Amino acid sequence: MDNKRRKFLKIAGASVLAGIGAPAVIKLTAATPALASGHGEAPAHAPAPDAHGGHAEEAPQGVRLGMVIDLRKMNENPEMLDSAIAACIAAHNIPEFPDKKNEVKWIWKAPFENVFTDHSASHSAAKVKNFPSVALCNHCDDPPCVRACPTQATFRLEKNGIVAMDFHRCIGCRFCMAACPYGARSFNWQDPRPYIKKYNKEFPSRMKGVVEKCNFCGERLALGQEPACVEACKGTGAIVFGDLNDAKSEIRAVLDKEFTIQRKPTLGTKPSVFYIV
Amino acid sequence: MIEKTLKGKPAYWIWLAFLGMFMAIGAACYVRQYNFGLGMTGMSRDVSWGLYISQFTFLVGVAAGGVMLVLPYYIHNYKEFGRITILGEFLAIGAIVMCLLFIMADLGQPMRALNVVLHPTPNSMLFYDAIVLNGYLFLNVLCGWVILTAEKKQVKPPKWIYFFVYLSIPFAISIHTVTAMLYCGLPGRHFWLSAIIAPRFLASAFAAGPALIVVACLVLKRVAGFDAGRKAMNKLITIIIYAALLNMFFVGLEFFVGYYSNIPGHKHSLEYLFFGLEHHGHVYNNLVPFMWAFVILAFGSIAVLATPAAKKNDFVLGMGCAALFLAFWLDKGIGFVLAGFVPNGLHEITEYIPTANELGITIGVWATGFMVVTLLYKIAIGVEHEVEG
Ligand code: SF4
Ligand code: SF4
Repeated sequence: MDNKRRKFLKIAGASVLAGIGAPAVIKLTAATPALASGHGEAPAHAPAPDAHGGHAEEAPQGVRLGMVIDLRKMNENPEMLDSAIAACIAAHNIPEFPDKKNEVKWIWKAPFENVFTDHSASHSAAKVKNFPSVALCNHCDDPPCVRACPTQATFRLEKNGIVAMDFHRCIGCRFCMAACPYGARSFNWQDPRPYIKKYNKEFPSRMKGVVEKCNFCGERLALGQEPACVEACKGTGAIVFGDLNDAKSEIRAVLDKEFTIQRKPTLGTKPSVFYIV
Repeated sequence: MIEKTLKGKPAYWIWLAFLGMFMAIGAACYVRQYNFGLGMTGMSRDVSWGLYISQFTFLVGVAAGGVMLVLPYYIHNYKEFGRITILGEFLAIGAIVMCLLFIMADLGQPMRALNVVLHPTPNSMLFYDAIVLNGYLFLNVLCGWVILTAEKKQVKPPKWIYFFVYLSIPFAISIHTVTAMLYCGLPGRHFWLSAIIAPRFLASAFAAGPALIVVACLVLKRVAGFDAGRKAMNKLITIIIYAALLNMFFVGLEFFVGYYSNIPGHKHSLEYLFFGLEHHGHVYNNLVPFMWAFVILAFGSIAVLATPAAKKNDFVLGMGCAALFLAFWLDKGIGFVLAGFVPNGLHEITEYIPTANELGITIGVWATGFMVVTLLYKIAIGVEHEVEG
C-alpha cells in the first residue's frame, strides 16, 4: 500500500518536474535529483533553515513542504480567507454540517487567541485578540498524531514531509485526535455524504467512522497543481507554499525576510506552517 | 465444569435474566450506533473520547486489581487468600471482556479492528495496550482454568502453570501502566501529561479491584454459602485502605503541581473538574458534582473501612467497599478522561453529555461483564462446594 502510494507521488512529481504538469515549480520529492538539478548528481541540500520559534534544532534533510501564511494580507482582504476555505471544501468533498458537534474542518478561521494560545498576552489589544487567524494541520516534522496511530493510517511521507492519511485503514479509534495539540483533525461522526454541497469526482469522499484532515493537497501536487487554498490566494502572497529546505525557494525567501511564528513551538512537534502576524 | 452454570436457585436465574435484559438493550443500542455511526453518542470534535473510553480506562484497573490477591498468595505464600485468588482471576477476566467490548463500541470502523494486528505499529501505545490486554486475558483464563481443574480433581496444579501465574503479575501491572501511557505521552494535553498517571492508576486499581471482590465475597456468602474467611477479608481491607490513601495522595500532588506552579495549562482541567471553569463569562462545571462526590465518598469510605466496625459487621464492610468502588469510578471512569479534553488545543470549551443510546450500550457492556463474572463465579464455587463435599 504504502510503497505504491509513494511510488505514485514520485512518478507524479517527476512528470511535473519534467515539465508535463506545468505551473507549479514545487519540487515534490528528493528522489528525482537528475530532473531537479538538471545534471546527474544528487543536489547539495540547502543548509538547515534557521529554526523558527526559538529552537536551534537541526531541520531534517530532503524536501520539506511547508507554508507561510501572511495574516496581515489575510486581514486586509477578509474574503480571501473565505475563498481559500471554500476552495479546500470544494476540492476535498468536505461535508458542511450545520451543528458544531459533527463539524469537519481542514482549514478554518479562529481568533488569534485560540490559534496562538502561547502568544496571547493579557494586555493585547482587542484587535489582536480577535484578529481573524487561520488554523490547519501543521504537517509537523515530529507529528504526535503519527506516533499515536495504531495502524499507520496516519503516516508521514519522508520524501516531502506531508503528514498523510489512509482513510481505508483508519479504524476510527481517534487516538490521533487526542494526540494532536492543534485540533487539526476531524472525525466523521456520521455519513458525511449527504452534507457535501457539491461533489468533486476527482477526490474520494469519506465514509462514517474515519478521521480526516488537511493533506497539503497531496493529490493536487501530484498533478502539478498548487494546494487549493494557495491557489485561491494567488497573486497576493497571502499563502506561500514550497520546499523549506530549498535555499532558492520562494518560501525560504519569505522566511529569511519576515518575522514568523509557529503554533506551540515549545511542544517539539516542529510545525511546517509559519505565520506572519 | 461448565455444566455448573446450568443449575441454580431461582434467584440465580432471575439475576441472569435481569442482566440478560440489559445486555439485550445494549445490543439493540449498539446496532443503532453501528448503522448510524458514532454520531449517536454525545462525543464531538472537541471531546473525542467519552464514556466508552473512560469506562475502559477504569475497568483496566479493576482487572489489574486482581493481582492484589494473586501476589500475596503465590509470592508471599499468604494461605488465607487460597479460597479467593480464583475470584480475583475470574474478576479480571470479566473486566477485560468489558474493556475489549468498550473499545469495540468506541471504534468508528469496528470491522477494521484487526488492522491493529495486520499493521503493527510499535510507536503506538494502543498497539501495546492491545497486546498486554489480550495477553492478560489469556493468562487469567489459562491459570484460572488449570488451577480450578486441579482443585476439582483434588490434585496439585501442574508445575508449569506457576510460570504463567508469575507471568500474570507483571502483566497485571503492565496493562494499567500501558493504559496510563496512552494518556501521559501526549504533548499539549496538560492534564494527562503527568508522570504520576501510571502510579495513580495503579493505586486506584489496587483499591477498586479488591473492593469489588470484597463486595462479591459478601454477596456470595449470603446467596451461595461461600465464606472467604475473616482473616482474608481483614487483609483485603488493609490493602484497600493503603491503596486508596495512596491514590488520594497522588491526586493531591496533581493539585500541588497545578496550583503552586500556577501554570494555567496545569490548572485548567482541575479547575474544570472541581470548581468549574470560567470562560468568556460562562462557567463550565458539569463534572463538579461528580468530582466532589468522589472526594467525599473516597474519604468517607476510607474512614469507615478503618473503623473496627468494618472488621466485624459485614454490612458496614460492604457499604464501605461499594462506596469506595463508586468513588474511584467517578474519578477514573468519568473525570479523568473527559477533563483531558477541556479546554481543547485551541482553548475552546465543549462539554460532553452522553446520549441515551450511549448509556444503553454502556450499561449493556457492564451487564455483560457481570454476566461473565457471575457464570465464572458459579463454576468456581460449584467446584469449591463439590470438593468440600
Ligand atoms: S498538526 Fe496535528 S494532525 Fe497535523 S501533523 Fe501535527 S499533530 Fe498531526
Ligand atoms: S493545503 Fe489543501 S488540504 Fe490543506 S488546507 Fe489547503 S486546500 Fe485544504
